[in-house]
Amino acid sequence: MKYVALVYYQESIIEAMSEQEWHDLNQECIAGVERLTEQGKFVTGQPLQPVDTATTVRVRDGEVIISDGPFAETKEQLAGFYLLEATDLNEALQLAGRIPPARFGSIEVRPARELPPKD
Amino acid sequence: MSAIDRQIESIYRQHSRRVLATLIRLVGDFTLAEEAMQEAFAAAVQQWPGEGVPDNPAAWLIRAGHRRGIDQIRRRQTARQYAHLVVPDEAEAVELDCEAIEDDQLRLLFTCCHPGLAMPARVALTLREMCGLTTEQVASALLQKPTTVAQRIVRAKRKIRDAGIPYEVPGADELPERLPGVLRVIYLVFNEGYSRSDGDAVVDVNLVAEAIRMAESLARLLPEGEVYGLLALMLLHDARRAARADAGGDLVTLDRQDRSRWDRAQIDVGVQWLELALAATPAGPYTLQASIAAEHARAARYEDTDWARIVRLYEALYRQQPSPVIALNRAVAVAMRDTPADGLRLLDAMTGQKEIVHYHLFHAARADLHRRAGDRDAARHAYERALALAVQGPERRFLERRLAELDSSA
Repeated sequence: MKYVALVYYQESIIEAMSEQEWHDLNQECIAGVERLTEQGKFVTGQPLQPVDTATTVRVRDGEVIISDGPFAETKEQLAGFYLLEATDLNEALQLAGRIPPARFGSIEVRPARELPPKD
Repeated sequence: MSAIDRQIESIYRQHSRRVLATLIRLVGDFTLAEEAMQEAFAAAVQQWPGEGVPDNPAAWLIRAGHRRGIDQIRRRQTARQYAHLVVPDEAEAVELDCEAIEDDQLRLLFTCCHPGLAMPARVALTLREMCGLTTEQVASALLQKPTTVAQRIVRAKRKIRDAGIPYEVPGADELPERLPGVLRVIYLVFNEGYSRSDGDAVVDVNLVAEAIRMAESLARLLPEGEVYGLLALMLLHDARRAARADAGGDLVTLDRQDRSRWDRAQIDVGVQWLELALAATPAGPYTLQASIAAEHARAARYEDTDWARIVRLYEALYRQQPSPVIALNRAVAVAMRDTPADGLRLLDAMTGQKEIVHYHLFHAARADLHRRAGDRDAARHAYERALALAVQGPERRFLERRLAELDSSA
């Protein structure tokens, strides 16, 4: 089954990190992705730029409405995502628990949904 | 100050925005471009007194700034935030294409007004980058704290860089979507200045003049009907400035203004732009509003106003922008064309709309129509509701005066 692991943390924690700490965290994530790939659990994933760079698009009455900022202001911000291949939720949770930001942020795990077959 | 210093200062005033707009394109970063421009002017101050002012000072400054910008990129390439900037090939000397440099002004304006930036950030960034105001001047003109404005500007520049907002003029297919956003920023700058022209704040920046200047250069670079319409609208409104406040700084409404104090020369210029705007069909919302302003400007006395035409213009405007404020203005115009009772009927039909019943001018308009219809009690009641909702000093004083007149005529 496919699961999406959404990585959230308070960006203020990252901002407070030294260059070295930030470097180490990134290296740890790279190693984690390598391990997941070797196990055949990593489908894709991507870290994101800070929420400051977010722009939200809505279409209402056929009009495109663009606004600065994320869809919702939250205490923790979306920092990236993993698309994982796992046999069940237990395995997905176990994999998610090893994503480094889980130590200071939160990882939301959701089963992926498939679109119905094309008519 | 020596003659050459004065000359450099005047070159700065005249060309710094164009130099900056082009440097942003050449070095690909707002902050780097600003630093490069300052360094280029510093170099000019060093070199020009000895070597003489070059024939094309703007081109000289762009070249000097570009060289310094490239040096900076090289030095900072290792830093995370500049890693994406590519060092241009030095051998490839910059072609200073005049058309491209003109277009840089538009690129800068469209980037500062990008819908991905929040409105307050767009206004602050536009005043800072397009008009060349300092952060302190922007803050004092907008009655905001300098730290707030500085943060907004820094954040906006960071978003432009990190989110990849392109430095470009939208193509013909995108322009209809993007132009209204730019015009809105310019009109907001105008209104910030206009609504305060009778206020207490003493500011060294004239936002009205800045907005008109921006619209004038936009009209030169982007021949679109609504650009002309907005320019006409602002010129026509601003032409009434001297008559809008009395000696005590209190608001004077259109019906009581001394029309001899209107700036006729500016009205003529506004009407010329309006004629250009009307050549582009269909007329957009700014052109329609400018047409309404021109109707008022045309009338020698308040009694001569062509209210039937103004009602038609408000109806056309309402079809494009069905907003309660436009409906309110239309109702007032109907009251003038027909009777106060006809206007009141339209206003009373709007009381179900939440946003309008919290708008002080809605109650002020109802009060005025009740007064003219001779219903003093209803007028008093409506003036009191308007007063309870009005915030600005001059508007409150105006309503209090009307209320007092009502009682004294009893």
